[in-house]
Amino acid sequence: MKKYISTGNKDTRSGFGVGLLEAGKKNENVVAMCADLIGSLKMDAFVAEFPERFFQAGIAEANMTGVAAGMTIGGKIPFIGTFAAFATGRVYDQIRQSVAYSNKNVKIAASHAGLTLGEDGATHQILEDIGLMKMLPNMVVINPCDFNQTKAATIAVAEYEGPVYLRFGRPSVANFTPENQKFEIGKALMLNEGADVTIFATGHLVWEAIQAGEKLAEKGIDAEIINIHTIKPLDAKAILKSVKKTNCVVTAEEHMLNGGMGDSIAQLLSRNYPTPIEMIGVNDTFGESGTPAQLLEKYGLNAENIIKAVEKVIARK
Amino acid sequence: MSSISELKNIAKHIRIDLLKSISEAGSGHTGGSLSSADIFTALYFNILNHKPDNPNWAERDKLILSIGHIAPVYYATLAHVGYFSIDELQTLRKLGSRLQGHPGKDHGLPGIELSAGSLGQGLSVAVGLALASKIDKKNNYIYCINGDGELQEGSIWEAAMSASHHKLDNLITFIDRNKLQIDGETENVMSLEPLADKWKAFGWEVFECNGHNIEEIINTVNTAKTIKNKPKLIIANTIMGKGVKSIENNHKWHGKAPSKTELEQFISEVY
Ligand SMILES: Cc1ncc(C[n+]2csc(CCOP(=O)(O)OP(=O)(O)O)c2C)c(N)n1
Repeated sequence: MKKYISTGNKDTRSGFGVGLLEAGKKNENVVAMCADLIGSLKMDAFVAEFPERFFQAGIAEANMTGVAAGMTIGGKIPFIGTFAAFATGRVYDQIRQSVAYSNKNVKIAASHAGLTLGEDGATHQILEDIGLMKMLPNMVVINPCDFNQTKAATIAVAEYEGPVYLRFGRPSVANFTPENQKFEIGKALMLNEGADVTIFATGHLVWEAIQAGEKLAEKGIDAEIINIHTIKPLDAKAILKSVKKTNCVVTAEEHMLNGGMGDSIAQLLSRNYPTPIEMIGVNDTFGESGTPAQLLEKYGLNAENIIKAVEKVIARK
Repeated sequence: MSSISELKNIAKHIRIDLLKSISEAGSGHTGGSLSSADIFTALYFNILNHKPDNPNWAERDKLILSIGHIAPVYYATLAHVGYFSIDELQTLRKLGSRLQGHPGKDHGLPGIELSAGSLGQGLSVAVGLALASKIDKKNNYIYCINGDGELQEGSIWEAAMSASHHKLDNLITFIDRNKLQIDGETENVMSLEPLADKWKAFGWEVFECNGHNIEEIINTVNTAKTIKNKPKLIIANTIMGKGVKSIENNHKWHGKAPSKTELEQFISEVY
């Protein structure tokens, strides 16, 4: 098992904040909006550096989404920031018609996704956002795993032309991807080559997959681990190549099973290369208040459960 | 019924208990909870016709909290008025608690009418409750508590339009007008003024009161009840963080929890 070392815990939303500032410096067409959550989205640095390119939307996400779609005409590249629950569910029809169907260059920056938002509870813990967004034609869906990758993804997203959903989170998590690794949209990242099983993970669960991989190696199980930071477009080629070698799959994500990354991979495999698959995710239930670690444990979204799923799926081969 | 001085004392204890619960939780919304504590006290200890020992009593007045983030004051008031034990406040935001970070209808806490946390939804539900009461020819009142920043949501104005369209004079809405939201002053973030004129233009009867004067809150509601054929809005002028001098009128305390040492200091300050 390849060794991964965390340089310390950092939140992915701070990666977004740093990436946004850099994207703003690189391209004066980058503009930003936020719906009364500048601090939570870590947009302060952009606001301070480019006050004339930042627009406070107030608590009015639907309007913010429409305004952003309008600003793209003529070349502006708007990043709109709020919590993932309000960035997607709250404004789905605005995104669907004015952004996706109109193919506008809007970047939806969604923080506090998933259970690891913690104590605020179910109203804020959206677990459906990847599904909502991946169902929209034209929409690119990205869920990076740590600070460095979120920063790199933000910069890449600014350079890409078209609607993007960029999902990140609240808690401090291991920061382990190389500092200046280029982010290639749609390209799965091989983290560890293995022969017995493929673990596809996204977002915060990538680090859990690495932890699981280390424990599995001790048990003599050689796991291939792949970071699916882009859920749409899915890197079908890389996924099929790996699965043809390992012949069994575990998927892991901080999202509802319905509509998540695992659901996309299962669909790809059932059509092209039917394979035993076990899926780690939330099974048709809302979240609740608790610490991020408590919730990941209660809902079975951690290394321990990935290990169990791997053992189960290998037995099904 | 409690006297005004008794109500003031109750409000003080609600403030102390909400501070304790937020501090114990380590997170939560202190500023707005404190700014609306007197409104909650006036409502639950005087204005509302309700039975804490029979939360689902069909004839009850119903209160919708649209700004779910001020759950701590909601919970502390419900506990003090007898819906559940004051001890349970210490479970706020913990795994398995009925006191979710934002109210969750599914978690079994008595007295909760609706899940809330995503802003801008409560007033529409209050309109629905008011319409249903009209159909059933009930004499109860429907109350709603809104934040001022929350009024930036377009859905609020859809609800406002429909309430006056349906002449819902059984609907009384409070705005906790503390003039602050997360990113600062409402008028700098996204201006709301002239606020009273906007609601009047939407067909509402508008009242203003000092949201920290319990007697004035009660009197305003009584006057509002005499107005027929229109929904009623009470702009309650408040101070974020009210009751703890050292954090009053500071938006940094919108969503911050007192540390253990701050808690001791704040409790000693509560007035
Ligand atoms: C739809 C939605 N958008 C954003 C938020 C995040 N949020 C929670 S409270 C808040 C500010 C609310 O301001 P106000 O209504 O004035 O309440 P106060 O600050 O006085 O407590 C925001 C933006 C949310 N909960 N729901």
